[in-house]
Amino acid sequence: MQQFLNVTLTGLGQGAIYAAFALALVLIWRSTRIVNFAQGAMAMFTTYLALTVIEAGQSYWVGLIVALAGGLLMGAVVERLVIRPVEGGPELNAVIVTLGLFVAIQALAAILFGSTFKSFPAPFDLRGFTVGEVNIAFTPNSIYVILAVVVVMVALVALFRFTDLGLKMRAAAFSQEVSRLLGVRVGRMLTLGWALAAVVGSLAGLLIAGGSLVYPAYMDGVVVFGFVAATLGGLDSPGGAVVGGLSIGLLLSYVSGYLGSELVALAALAILVAVLLVRPQGIFAKAAARRV
Amino acid sequence: MAAPTKDTEVGVPPAAAGRFAAFTRRMPSSTLGKHALTLLVAFVVVVLVLELTGPFRNSQFATMAYYGIAAAGLTVLTGVNGQISLGHGALMAVGAYTTGLMLAAEIPLLVTMLGAMAVTAAVGAVVGVAAARLHGPYLAGATLALAVGLPGLAIYFDHWLGGEQGMRIPSPQMPAWFSDAIYFLSATEASSAKYLAYIGWVTLLVVLFLLANLMAGRTGRVWRAVRDDEVAAELAGIPLGKVRVLAFVVSAACAGIAGAVLGIVVRLAAPSGFTIVLSLGLLTAVVVGGLGSLVGALLGSALLVFLPPFVTNVGTDIGLDNTQAAQLAPFVYGAVLVLVMLLAPSGAVGVLKKLLKKLWIGRSTRRTG
Amino acid sequence: MIRRTGPLVAVAAAAALLLSACGAGGRPSEGTGGGDAAASDVGITTTSVKIGGHFPLTGVAAPGYSEIPTGMKAYFDYVNAAGGVNGRKIEFIYKDDAYNPTQTSQVVNELVLQEQVFAIMGGLGTPTHSAVLDYLNAEGVPDLFVSSGSLLWDQPTKNPQTFGWQPDYEVEAKIIGQYVSKNFPNAKVGLFLQDDDLGRDAEKGARTFLDKQIVAAERYTPGNTDVAPQIAALQAAGADLVIGFNVPSYTALSQLVSLRLNYKPQWMYSNIGADPTLVGSLLARFSEGKVTDAGLLEGMISTRYLPTVDDPQNPWIQLFQKVWDASGADGELSNFRVYGMSEAYTFVSALQAAGPNPTRKGIVEAIQKTGKSWKGPWLAPFRYSADRHAGISGVGVTRITGGKTERLTPVFVTDNGTAPITESTEPPSVPPASGIPEVAPAG
Repeated sequence: MQQFLNVTLTGLGQGAIYAAFALALVLIWRSTRIVNFAQGAMAMFTTYLALTVIEAGQSYWVGLIVALAGGLLMGAVVERLVIRPVEGGPELNAVIVTLGLFVAIQALAAILFGSTFKSFPAPFDLRGFTVGEVNIAFTPNSIYVILAVVVVMVALVALFRFTDLGLKMRAAAFSQEVSRLLGVRVGRMLTLGWALAAVVGSLAGLLIAGGSLVYPAYMDGVVVFGFVAATLGGLDSPGGAVVGGLSIGLLLSYVSGYLGSELVALAALAILVAVLLVRPQGIFAKAAARRV
Repeated sequence: MAAPTKDTEVGVPPAAAGRFAAFTRRMPSSTLGKHALTLLVAFVVVVLVLELTGPFRNSQFATMAYYGIAAAGLTVLTGVNGQISLGHGALMAVGAYTTGLMLAAEIPLLVTMLGAMAVTAAVGAVVGVAAARLHGPYLAGATLALAVGLPGLAIYFDHWLGGEQGMRIPSPQMPAWFSDAIYFLSATEASSAKYLAYIGWVTLLVVLFLLANLMAGRTGRVWRAVRDDEVAAELAGIPLGKVRVLAFVVSAACAGIAGAVLGIVVRLAAPSGFTIVLSLGLLTAVVVGGLGSLVGALLGSALLVFLPPFVTNVGTDIGLDNTQAAQLAPFVYGAVLVLVMLLAPSGAVGVLKKLLKKLWIGRSTRRTG
Repeated sequence: MIRRTGPLVAVAAAAALLLSACGAGGRPSEGTGGGDAAASDVGITTTSVKIGGHFPLTGVAAPGYSEIPTGMKAYFDYVNAAGGVNGRKIEFIYKDDAYNPTQTSQVVNELVLQEQVFAIMGGLGTPTHSAVLDYLNAEGVPDLFVSSGSLLWDQPTKNPQTFGWQPDYEVEAKIIGQYVSKNFPNAKVGLFLQDDDLGRDAEKGARTFLDKQIVAAERYTPGNTDVAPQIAALQAAGADLVIGFNVPSYTALSQLVSLRLNYKPQWMYSNIGADPTLVGSLLARFSEGKVTDAGLLEGMISTRYLPTVDDPQNPWIQLFQKVWDASGADGELSNFRVYGMSEAYTFVSALQAAGPNPTRKGIVEAIQKTGKSWKGPWLAPFRYSADRHAGISGVGVTRITGGKTERLTPVFVTDNGTAPITESTEPPSVPPASGIPEVAPAG
């Protein structure tokens, strides 16, 4: 019973992070119809930026701000320089470009920051709570992780629902031609979409790193799990991404806890294939059908 | 990318075309014959190169051979049929593990390689059935999950497959006739590195020969038709699903053979040998070489083998330490992948072809004018 | 390209002619046996000996272990500065395999074929080195003093070129097991094992004494940093004493997860994963999250078979400190560098024993003949002989107290299988004044 509780709580914490990551993928998919396979590598890079700042003696929070700002800039630059030329072209080209970025950024991080394991600080206590006699694998830091993801969710919903800018971004994603006619600067909106997505991705990267060890490939698994989560929820639906992320986090935690951690990635594959073949539009997609 | 010969023939001025015809008259008329001739020539070149280089180069060529086989398979799938796969590293793992199990049971090498091919092709058929219904980013994501997930099986069944530590693969013994033949040719004792390089390259040439024929024939035309315009292909009565699955099976069979060669060259099948880095490396090879071209796949795999030492040296020269310099090669891969897609999506072969065509026409027009 | 093969026909014909012309025809009947003497001098000149090793300079096993080759190199430089061995300078090339067996295979290929090394020296890791074991033995390359405690290195009939160095995991686990059964007779023991031969050998040794006390054995895969399921399972099984056979980063990871689970058993770690300085530095960064590094490791039990840097009075540590300072390399003298220097000290002993004209065959025979009697920083003798290639024969049990290593027992000596455990009677050795071994040729 205690193990079940612990596995569940660990899964929720992980799920929150996958949700944030899936959300970043969805943001980009909605605006440019591209799956950004470099998302994980970009997040890893900004996490290392934060670590550099923290190693220089600054607090975790300064590191966090640097990482998020770095993500914003990086997302915008990447969209402008390398994604813009392949937008709207053959979909294979965009896939290959993001994969190339993935490889290049990971190697660059290894060159700049080294490829040994480094510990990354957590802002809050890493000791689990004890209720009566029962130890719970839920720490003050886990609460921070979940709260951070919720805050980002709410902020994004507010941005898209209640602001003029959000409306323009939605319009640009929905129909570029019409938006252009209506005076929306579509290019700028797409860049902004990528920048915001990179911020959310960076946050996910930081949250995973907190209280654990980081190395240039530490986000590799998350790319896969985040993609599965986003597909599960329907690549178009931010709400779906969150629910997908939480479900994947829970499912994978059960697999890891009861079957073996080596099967986690395989389980993710099984879920992905099942979803794509049985309900290709995802669980939450509004569109009646999508071509997968 | 259109069929390689078409644009050259259409755009060539009369004089050049005449010289062209002169060549073609001297060559066997059937495609099969031409390919067979190329195979023969290529074999002689391979023998020359392997005999003139030392054991270390030989071992590099052996590595290039298995990259080449896998890349040739991938270029058929991605370049000719338009399906992307980031899971070919995992398929190579299937081939390598099968090879390890069969060689441990003392099954002859040739049978083992065919077995590895068959098993991987079967796995490829299963993946292909799922893949046939996916496209673009979905297919990329699913095969990425395959690449990350499948090696986990080797850890789960560790009693059988050796776990993280991997399964040691007995290196095939060099037969006496081989060392005699090598001695006859070059008066040196054959090293095991040389034997492995010969196995790799003979296999590679056979695979390229078979694929070239397949691509030149009806199957290749159908694959290209499906890639270029699904709807038109379907209207023409081509069963899309079947055609896609077939392409995946052929491609997986190549990956299986490549895995077998990798297994005997590396003498080990371990999950760490089949990471996402391998799959992305293969993709880099086919994209940089030129999607859809077998020559491109060969060029790309040469790049995978010979670029890293070069780039690493450059890295140490500019003052990076060893481990930093080792990361310079993947950085160059990634950057080149992006640049090729942005600047020259047809890859090295495409660029070369354009240059050659310009040169050819330029020369012949000068002469006639 | 495929169609434009016309001109190539001519090339093919010419090449075929050329080949048959320069081919040597039949092999001369004599002269085939002469390869031995020439081949066994690979990597040796009158002024140098070239040796190579593979180490994890990046990746999961790099923390700590990447310092081992720097220690080796520093000691070789020290010997070279004093004129080398029989006038030969030792050239040591080490390459990164990232603790990835496939990469080990490639790297060793390069060392043997491209660099043409005389011997492989100190290759690190059980999963990694086992990938090249067959190859090195098939090629006849001396495979000296593997930096791992697996039993694989002690198979002289199957692997005549390979020699172990550190106490094997079975011997270490036997001594730990006996200590636990004596001092914690009622403990419920959990094992935290790396999922390969490292863990398997250790489990075998630990079960010799603890079979009845072991309540759970959990395995982690190196590379997967999520060890929460394993630690949770140990906790669920009620283990109140956990013995870890793992690389140093996993000591840090297991401590972190235990913290999250409020799991506080008595921790014991095998020597390979127990360096307090390193693990402390990995955990130090978490202090912002209210973890104090010293507190986590306090009371942890481990083993020793070499002097440690927290004992600056030890003459060997003083020698190695001098060597390290002279090397001018970055960083402090660490226990990992002491390990590397001790291995290098062993290699210099072996090279001396191989005589003025060392050959690959000669050095192997010399180790078998006299290796048992070599003196050095190790606390228990090697077990080398014609039919044994096993390294150091024993360990002592230690505990971390106040950030220092405290000795709980004297050094015990034993062997694999049912061999008894006895207290070592040898007096501690003292380094020669020159700091360089003085081993007579075994000839």
